[in-house]
Amino acid sequence: MPVQYYIFLSIALFCIGVMGVLMRRNAIIIFMCVELMLNAVNLLLVAFSKMWADAGRVDAGGAQIFVFFIMVVAAAEVAVGLAIIVMVYRNSQSVDINIMNRLKN
Amino acid sequence: MGMSLQQIVFGVLSIISIISALGVILSKNPVTSVLCLIVTFFTIAGHYIMLNAQFLAVVHIIVYAGAIMVLFLFVIMLMNLNAEIEPQKRSWLKYAGAISGGALFLVLLGALREADVTPIQPGATDIGLISNLGKTLFNQYVVPFEVSSILFLSAMVGAVVIGKREA
Repeated sequence: MPVQYYIFLSIALFCIGVMGVLMRRNAIIIFMCVELMLNAVNLLLVAFSKMWADAGRVDAGGAQIFVFFIMVVAAAEVAVGLAIIVMVYRNSQSVDINIMNRLKN
Repeated sequence: MGMSLQQIVFGVLSIISIISALGVILSKNPVTSVLCLIVTFFTIAGHYIMLNAQFLAVVHIIVYAGAIMVLFLFVIMLMNLNAEIEPQKRSWLKYAGAISGGALFLVLLGALREADVTPIQPGATDIGLISNLGKTLFNQYVVPFEVSSILFLSAMVGAVVIGKREA
């Protein structure tokens, strides 16, 4: 099975995430789309790990460790990001991303 | 030309994951978005199992579907968001976003269509088993592992400080 299939699937998921970030104004949805993009990259890393393992490389597991660290960073990011969103909601009663324009003044 | 079982499973999982990913960005109700994203994560876990990353599949379900999405759902229900008060972008901005994303898709697709990569074999490898991953993690990647614990500690402190009522 060609690894291109996984490349195409990852590209599709990543671009859906980009579209979501550009099209929506709800901060929580934008945050979820960032998670979707991270997962597209993870899927691609795992596919390449399998490809190199099939080619006989003994260190192909390093890509899966990389995915593991991306998951760690994503978990930490979600905790802080949702705390920020909750704080913004408490101050302005809205999760609209355009509220952030007030930071300019 | 006959399709192998691997390709059939890949196709079904891919269709479900792309449809549910579209559901995340197109649904008006944030709770529906979260549920669609959970479906996407489960299909990605299925892909991990097909790619011999069993440990990652389990960790993915526990961390994403179990922890992160519950956190999202909790925050959304705490804020009592629904479709009526959902902020909407101006429609030309929406079209601009969709066209930009589609253009990025086409560029990446065209660039990587002829990529010279070796195909994936249907047979199993043992790189994704927990013992091999553990050996790799604790032999070659000990320092990043320890740094990630510091990251978690600072994220925990940061979340508490930001989330306090009178910060």
